[in-house]
Amino acid sequence: MATTNKERAAGPPGARHGTASDAGAAGATPPAPAASAVLAAAGPRHSHVPGAGTAAAEAVEKARREMLHEGTRIRREAAERRGRRARIGADVVVEAILRQGVDVLFGYPGGVILPLYDVLGDHPDLRHVLVRHEQGAAHAADGYARATGKVGVCLATSGPAATNLVTGIANAQLDSVPLVAITGNVPAALLGKDAFQEIDITGITLPMTKHNYLVRDANDLPRVIAEAFYIARTGRPGPVHVDITKDALQQETDAPHPTDEEVAAGLPGFRPTLGGHPRQIRLIAEEVARAKRPIILAGHGVLIAGATEELRLLAERTRIPVAWTLLGIGAMDETHPLAYGYMGMHGWKHVNRAIQAADLIVAVGMRFDDRVTGNVRTYAPYARIVHIDIDPAEIGKNVAVEVPVVGDAKRVLGGLLAVVGEEAEAARAPYLAQLAEWRLESEGASWHGSGAWRDGLLSADFVIAQIGEATSHDATLVADVGQNQMWVARYAGYRRPHSHLSSGGLGTMGYAVPAAMGAALGRPDKSTWAVCGDGGFQMTIQELATLVQDRIPVRIALLDNKKLGMIRQWQEIVYSGNYHSSDMFGPDYLKLADAYGFPAWKVRNPEEVRPAIEAANAVDGPSLVWFEIAEEQNVLPMMPAGKGLSDLIETWGGVDE
Amino acid sequence: MSPDGTKAPAHSAPPPRALPGTGEQRRHVLVAIVNNRPGVLNRVASLMRARSFNIESLAVSHLDDPEISRMTITLRADDVLVEQAAKQLYKVIDVLKVQDVTDEPTVQHELALVKVRATDRTRGELISIVEMYKARVVDMAAEAVIVETTGTESEVDALITLLRGYGIKELVRTGTVVMSRGAQSIEEATRR
Repeated sequence: MATTNKERAAGPPGARHGTASDAGAAGATPPAPAASAVLAAAGPRHSHVPGAGTAAAEAVEKARREMLHEGTRIRREAAERRGRRARIGADVVVEAILRQGVDVLFGYPGGVILPLYDVLGDHPDLRHVLVRHEQGAAHAADGYARATGKVGVCLATSGPAATNLVTGIANAQLDSVPLVAITGNVPAALLGKDAFQEIDITGITLPMTKHNYLVRDANDLPRVIAEAFYIARTGRPGPVHVDITKDALQQETDAPHPTDEEVAAGLPGFRPTLGGHPRQIRLIAEEVARAKRPIILAGHGVLIAGATEELRLLAERTRIPVAWTLLGIGAMDETHPLAYGYMGMHGWKHVNRAIQAADLIVAVGMRFDDRVTGNVRTYAPYARIVHIDIDPAEIGKNVAVEVPVVGDAKRVLGGLLAVVGEEAEAARAPYLAQLAEWRLESEGASWHGSGAWRDGLLSADFVIAQIGEATSHDATLVADVGQNQMWVARYAGYRRPHSHLSSGGLGTMGYAVPAAMGAALGRPDKSTWAVCGDGGFQMTIQELATLVQDRIPVRIALLDNKKLGMIRQWQEIVYSGNYHSSDMFGPDYLKLADAYGFPAWKVRNPEEVRPAIEAANAVDGPSLVWFEIAEEQNVLPMMPAGKGLSDLIETWGGVDE
Repeated sequence: MSPDGTKAPAHSAPPPRALPGTGEQRRHVLVAIVNNRPGVLNRVASLMRARSFNIESLAVSHLDDPEISRMTITLRADDVLVEQAAKQLYKVIDVLKVQDVTDEPTVQHELALVKVRATDRTRGELISIVEMYKARVVDMAAEAVIVETTGTESEVDALITLLRGYGIKELVRTGTVVMSRGAQSIEEATRR
């Protein structure tokens, strides 16, 4: 199976190939170094990934260990260096981050943030990952936060670097991800003078953060950084941006760090309601007792609150099936008998049908987004709605509700479990039987078990299902945006909370690879897959170098249809086949992987899918599988924008997709 | 619908789900107590703009306690939308308290300064109108006077309509400020 570059070039198109990784899959040698051995054999090409066993490899390994600061010598020397000089603002920032239990930050140096980079080496417990573009830093911190539940931190300089973070910050805002973004700014005296790389970045991030700060005095830094973390993670999480002037980073200070109590006391305007009101919780129990066709809708809030156990117990006790939003995936083990499926625009037909027929909706930690409801006027017409959310502003924003409950999902569901009655199996049986019938019908209609679509190329749903199976449904799957995102949501089969990461609210193409980078570092115990289309992959392709330099084990599943698939689908269905700008050229991704120095496989046939996934999964470091998928496969069913959940398009062009 | 209610209803057209709010627009007055920090006004204004709330008037001043400020925001919208605006305002970290005082007994006043053209012939007439409206003349020059008036929005409107006949050279209004009648205090409630 192992082939050299030359052999591959001469081989039949579409033949699966490996660089070094095949050997790695067989467990013979560590694959990543072997990859470059192949490169070295192919000719006089220079690679920054040294070959195995060479002195250079050892030097890099040593440097890596030192970067990870496993040695006590490094710690001692760093402490000595700190002891020889005064404590400055930049030290305060790093100390404050470390006090929050953060072990990694993603960043990119530049002029006014350099004082911070100047002291980073003196704080060896904090690992810095050098990204290739600041957007990657923000997404990586976002992926780290989603995978771990901890606050993710990204770092950039002023001006263009700060504006590059903006997309990632907005992404975290719309998906309620705890993030602290730190930027440098020009010295305070130059603020407002249009100095080099000066932009009013706090003015830019103001409407898209939970809160932001501009700090000009190092003595404020301990309080501000502590507040930033507290605000980011407390209540409904979200991003907080801290902009620090260069002179504040350099200013000497002995300001002490505040305690958590002092931080909370200093924020009288920030008191999130956590426990639901007992009277409202009793009202839910009454609604549940009366309902004949109830359904629970689980959102991101269930996962953020760590309420998956309470959710399962509630479903089991009341025998109510659970549907989930895009970000609610993983809130319920999909193999559970009461786990019903993914809802919304590209959700399962049976799930949307159950919502439209329900007489009670118990919505937990979700916000009735337009991708979930479609036309609100025709949404769940028979249902009374119970809405549990930690953010009071979400309740009554998009749909009018009968029972509003403000509180943390874990606390409210916990309280509800204490008062809700157990439903008799027989009473619920006819309803559940009806739902099971709908499910059988809908799942049967949208499944291509054979693996090949009608054009003979790979069927994307088959590929995603294979990734799920090959990783025992335990890997962290990070989706990009578009068709790939919907296939990942529908077909992988999730068993574990936080095993599915997706850019939901903002829909940021290019999210998958950098976010997977953060997720892989946050959860090194789980295999991490970035699943992208060829469009999104090319948007943040520069982060491949970061994966290689820090040997971050992200497996990339590239679903290549040589199209902007979702755009093409809309053009086919909504814009009468006017395919403008949806065809897309891509590079030879095998050569690309070679150039970066990591193993890759190309797959065209269904029987090659599983072995390639398994081989990629065994690589120590990044790897890529290039799936050539059907060019014109649609994600169906689909709810056209402006229509309701009852108006799904299920087939197109007279053929089942 | 099946007799036991467990089966899905037959497909008859159900009534459309009500959208949040009645759509009935009226004037609302919100009082917000906020931290007196740089940028707070920007946060409030930015939020109202981003969520498409149209502010009719906005008055800001600091309180007896210089650490905090008070904003009086008047806007035209339906009740549910205003409730949504208040909830969104609450999410701003620097906002300490928000109260919709529209339906409470309140004193609502604004102050206006009007520079009116005045000649020897019209000055006496002007002054008598000003006195009748319990306003006062605070500056007098050869060709103009400045009239200062306080009162409800409609009282100020009425005086301005009358003065318009003489020629208004310049007009400034503070926007409504409001205080609930009785002993209760939003400031004291904020501190608790």
